[in-house]
Amino acid sequence: MLTSIAWRNLWRNKLRSSVIFASIAIGIIGAVVTDGFMAGMTDQRANSAIANEVSNIQIHNPKYLLNQEIKYTIPDAKEIMKKIETIPEVKGVSLRLKVNAMAASANAGAGINLYGVQPDAERKVSALHNHIIQGTYLANNQKLPAVIGEKLSKKLNIGLGDKIIVTMTDTTGTITSGAFNIVGIYKTSNNNFDESHVFVKRSDLAKLVNYPANTGDEIAILLNNNEITNKVVKQLDKMFAPMVKQKAIIIQSWEQIEPLIKSMIDMMNYFSYLFLLIILAALAFAIINTMLMAVMERTREFGMLMALGMNKRKVFSMILLETVFLSIIGALVGLGISILIVQHYATYGFDLSVVSSGMNYIGYSSNIFFRVNSEFYFTSMILVVIIALISGISPALKALKLQPATAIRESN
Amino acid sequence: MSIIKAEGIYKTYNETNVPVNALNGVDLKIEQGEFTAIVGPSGSGKTTLLNIIGGLDLPTKGNIFIENTNLNELSSRQLIDFRLRHIGFVFQAYNLIPVLTAKENTEFIMVLQKVPKKEREQKAMELLNAVGIGDKADHRPGQLSGGQQQRVAVARALASQPRYIIADEPTANLDSRSTHELLDMMAEMNKKYNTTFIFSTHDQRVMDKAKRIVTLDDGKITSDETFQR
Repeated sequence: MLTSIAWRNLWRNKLRSSVIFASIAIGIIGAVVTDGFMAGMTDQRANSAIANEVSNIQIHNPKYLLNQEIKYTIPDAKEIMKKIETIPEVKGVSLRLKVNAMAASANAGAGINLYGVQPDAERKVSALHNHIIQGTYLANNQKLPAVIGEKLSKKLNIGLGDKIIVTMTDTTGTITSGAFNIVGIYKTSNNNFDESHVFVKRSDLAKLVNYPANTGDEIAILLNNNEITNKVVKQLDKMFAPMVKQKAIIIQSWEQIEPLIKSMIDMMNYFSYLFLLIILAALAFAIINTMLMAVMERTREFGMLMALGMNKRKVFSMILLETVFLSIIGALVGLGISILIVQHYATYGFDLSVVSSGMNYIGYSSNIFFRVNSEFYFTSMILVVIIALISGISPALKALKLQPATAIRESN
Repeated sequence: MSIIKAEGIYKTYNETNVPVNALNGVDLKIEQGEFTAIVGPSGSGKTTLLNIIGGLDLPTKGNIFIENTNLNELSSRQLIDFRLRHIGFVFQAYNLIPVLTAKENTEFIMVLQKVPKKEREQKAMELLNAVGIGDKADHRPGQLSGGQQQRVAVARALASQPRYIIADEPTANLDSRSTHELLDMMAEMNKKYNTTFIFSTHDQRVMDKAKRIVTLDDGKITSDETFQR
């Protein structure tokens, strides 16, 4: 019956309760939508980085990572790839030859990362072929083809059919250069990437830098699901344990390769919860105020309840229950509306095209697809209950201080 | 043996700078089944005496025994439990729980006493029928007249099967007809269940029904009369 009384008491002053429901609901909507937006942004950045830039897992010769000298190749690269291809979670494996180079046109020059890739294998690992906005992606039958980013094409003032001159050091440390034909121009949501990454065929680049056949300095692995990255890294570490132990190879997840993105995801998560806590802390004062008013208005009633023999524990529980009900209703309404908003923007995206150049400059898409973890919804609900319980303590203690005889006499 | 025995009760309120002596040495014995009115002018100490008899307040000096229990010796927690199990209350302003129906209000005490649901529902209906408002069992206090609300309050007080019922000015807010009906009903309950009723009142109609009238003035009993009615 306590629960029933607490529930019905909520509706005694509908306007006042509704104001609190609305406040909590709006607060929750604000927190959830903000989390959805931030998680959507970081998701896209991470997904884009995995799909277009780093893939899920990369294998290198550890010495290569120190100065990116191409003489440090991956030993038995083809054998390693064959073994990796047997793992069911692996979607694609690509052997790359990655060189730091200078790109030049008749008009300008720029520092670039030149990737020598096997077009068929690379298509399985990278989604870059889906981002071609002019021309085509690399194909085996093309002669010295190159695919460059739109940003670089503008910087060098070159386009389809033009030549791009690249200069780099070969495996012996001698400076060498070559010309490639631009067959395609791509555009991703990351301007910096587009400005600094050029893709050519691995065989063409290998010839240019005197690179041995059947090897490379990077093996990129794409998985069926990003969530299993760390599990597969562990599996690979086990599979190639002797090589890893001898420091012949190093296996890294995308989180290790791009720690900035990982830190950003963690930071966004942290800020989402911090924001939620700040909102709930502010709401706590509104809840305390409402419940204090309710208790003061019902002095006689609490006096009567205690006179009749309702013990302090029950009075305390009843007030806490009222506070929790008050908060939970607001939170449920807020979560319900939040889910609808998040679903909408998760499906259609939140259009930020007015600031697309700025967003792309820092590597973000201008259309944000919201995502909220069920964990965030659950935590929000738990935090609301905790905040409600804390908020209810002060009004409940106030009620407990009432002396039944005085409470009844004063009001009468 | 007396059901209530008050010995040398003094009560002083120190809520303001000037202490107020509400009771100045009251000695009173009440037997089982009495229908007693405590009367006197405003400020004579009626409500204070009733609060002390009802275990809502403790005397500054003196002892109050309910059968063998000295209320002064009970802790606050024990006092609450004592009230729950042994004392019924009827207040001037009815003081029903506004969000509960008449039946639920009547059941409320039994819920606190942990009476099984079926038993308390049956008892609540029996009592509401006994006080004459069984047909209003599903009405909330706001949907009942003052007289009807006070009947529910009496049913609630009886529900705990108390040793006695304290009624503080129960007719103060009622019209003449409701007052007569309520008093007749209480007298009937007094006879039917042998429940002791102790009223504080300055309503002549209550005094006319009372079998015993204790008059207070300046915190002292000035007369104590018994009537055959």
